Amino acid sequence: MTTEIKLPFDKAFVSTFSSAMNEPAWFAALRLKALEQFEQLPMPKTEKTKIEKWNFTQFRQHTVKSQAYSSLADLPEEVKALVDIETSKHNLYIQRNQTPAFLTLSDELKNKGVIFTDIFTAAREHGDLLKKYYMTQAINADEHKLTALHAALVNGGVFVYVPKNVEITEPIQAVFVHDDKEANLFNHVIVVADDNSSLTYVENYISTVEESDTLANILTELVVNTNARVQYGAVDHLAKGMTAYVNRRGVAGRDSEIDWALGSMNEGNTIFENTTNLLGDGSIGDAKMVVVGRGEQTQNFTTKVVHFGKHTQGNILNHGVVKDSATTIFNGIGKIEHGASKADAEQTSRVLMLSEKARGDANPILLIDEDDVMAGHAASVGRVDPVQLYYLMSRGIPQTEAERLVIHGFLAPVVTQLPIEKVKKQLSEVIERKVK
Amino acid sequence: MAGSTLIIKDLHVAIEGKEILKGVNLEIKGGEIHAIMGPNGTGKSTLSSAIMGHPKYEVTSGSITLDGQNVLEMEVDERARAGLFLAMQYPSEINGVTNADFLRSAINARRGEGNEISLMKFIRQMDKQMEFLEMDLDMAQRYLNEGFSGGEKKRNEILQLMMLQPKIAILDEIDSGLDIDALKVVSKGVNQMRSDDFGCLIITHYQRLLNYITPDYVHVMMDGRIVKNGGPELAQRLEAEGYDWIKKELGIEDETVEQEA
Ligand SMILES: Nc1ncnc2c1ncn2[C@@H]1O[C@H](COP(=O)(O)OP(=O)(O)OP(=O)(O)O)[C@@H](O)[C@H]1O
Ligand SMILES: [Mg+2]
Repeated sequence: MTTEIKLPFDKAFVSTFSSAMNEPAWFAALRLKALEQFEQLPMPKTEKTKIEKWNFTQFRQHTVKSQAYSSLADLPEEVKALVDIETSKHNLYIQRNQTPAFLTLSDELKNKGVIFTDIFTAAREHGDLLKKYYMTQAINADEHKLTALHAALVNGGVFVYVPKNVEITEPIQAVFVHDDKEANLFNHVIVVADDNSSLTYVENYISTVEESDTLANILTELVVNTNARVQYGAVDHLAKGMTAYVNRRGVAGRDSEIDWALGSMNEGNTIFENTTNLLGDGSIGDAKMVVVGRGEQTQNFTTKVVHFGKHTQGNILNHGVVKDSATTIFNGIGKIEHGASKADAEQTSRVLMLSEKARGDANPILLIDEDDVMAGHAASVGRVDPVQLYYLMSRGIPQTEAERLVIHGFLAPVVTQLPIEKVKKQLSEVIERKVK
Repeated sequence: MAGSTLIIKDLHVAIEGKEILKGVNLEIKGGEIHAIMGPNGTGKSTLSSAIMGHPKYEVTSGSITLDGQNVLEMEVDERARAGLFLAMQYPSEINGVTNADFLRSAINARRGEGNEISLMKFIRQMDKQMEFLEMDLDMAQRYLNEGFSGGEKKRNEILQLMMLQPKIAILDEIDSGLDIDALKVVSKGVNQMRSDDFGCLIITHYQRLLNYITPDYVHVMMDGRIVKNGGPELAQRLEAEGYDWIKKELGIEDETVEQEA
């Protein structure tokens, strides 16, 4: 039974917003249809976490007004730490709450036909291209209430398109700054890498407010076509009190590769899904994630790799640290569809609990509908190994430092995968502060 | 200034309630090399773990002092900073922590805040010692002991010994699993450390190590006690004749730490 949820924003509101943004008709229609569907759709299923009492739908403001940054020198310190201010060779988008606040893309990439712009500009200027990929291939609006709500209320995001045969070596970077306590993020990132292209994309969600009782409903759609390769790095650090629904999903074409390196450092309750659909034969999906839970927060992470193509390879690696009375749940799902012969689905999920009241859970799930495949899983939930501490301390290292080394070491295999040095460093520092 | 002195008196140690060491007495001074030999399961590693402060081993009575300080009251890291070192029979593997970062933390822990070693100086020292021990320099950036072969782990223990320069070191089966070249390298490392300021306790099953590192004293451990003391010739006799003659001489029937009734 679904109880009726009254949305704070109705059809008239959505239409008005859409025309104010000059959106093409198809985009407006998609919003309105999703708004209608919202009523009938169920909430997403979250294995091992009850979300009935979580608030994903009630909020005060749909958009807040923020100033753009006139130069990188105006960025708040937290954001400066993420970008290389020195160089002018940026491919960088910064969004402040809902406002596109800074954008640069090198001429070289522009000339090659690379598109990198905020989602509203993309809808206006690259409507046909966006329409082909927007909520059609990776995520559908009608999957459940939260995807529908997102589609109806999208209020920010970015579009990246890499044309056929274009290989980008410099990373493309996006920073979504949340510095207004009233800002709710319905942010949509859509990244398309066309045939034989390659891209490294890194994004940060960062709250500079301590606490906020707002919502984040964040979707990423990643489409990687034949023989293309995308490395996708992301670090989320949203404020305490923010309830987050985060869904990053990729579809991989023939002989393509998707590598995720994700750090979820949110301070509030979070439902996080990361899915890779290996559609094409010979495609590869590698999903790495680190998380830290602290305080009272509950976080539920589902990492899923679905094998449709033959000879597909999926690898999941999740490492989580939980302290205080936080709860962290990992669901690792390797799914092999009928016909995906010679597929290989591997996964490892580990949770390290740092306090008596911390709760961790790691559930490996293998769903296999094909005989000729390989699959493996490892899962563990435990505490810092006293024998490891003894070894480190026997060299003179004090206990707190020894614990710090073990914890950082535990998270390192994912942290080191982040493709931008500054983002890696910032993540290490966030981890440092959080696990202290 | 002469070296340090480690004194162990009537040490009794239990693990999970079972008594393993039943009164060990031993004195190691700077400049001395001691060797402990003895059949499997007689308490040699237990002695080394108790000296270092392994959390599982409970000292039920007796004392351990280093230059008069009560070692048993110190935390593990304090024991290390006081000058003790244990090359472990089975070193831990630590994922995600590089060998270099670990060693630098260990050195800085000794030097104290504000007096950290400069990165350049550290790298120079580490490279120098690794070359001396004929180690692949890549090992510095590998995760600590992770995936190291048995021999590589032992060499890495000696690398730590040389970098940390303790006053008293215990080497628990540092020779086990080493090929002859590695054995020579490891011995070279220990001999390099030899000085009046360095005392060493070597636990081994084999005379061949003692051919390279000549001990001043040899002790035999059985049933949780040191049952015989001698010089280098004792090790040679053990190598040639085994332990039976000692058992006969002392009337010991079961040399291992007996199981509980
Ligand atoms: N962690 C432990 N838990 C249970 N029993 C233990 C533990 N460690 C040692 N023991 C027991 O204590 C006894 C002495 O073990 P110890 O490791 O000290 O022997 P050792 O002389 O070093 O042997 P070896 O030559 O084989 O290394 C053995 O009976 C062993 O099973
Ligand atoms: Mg032993």
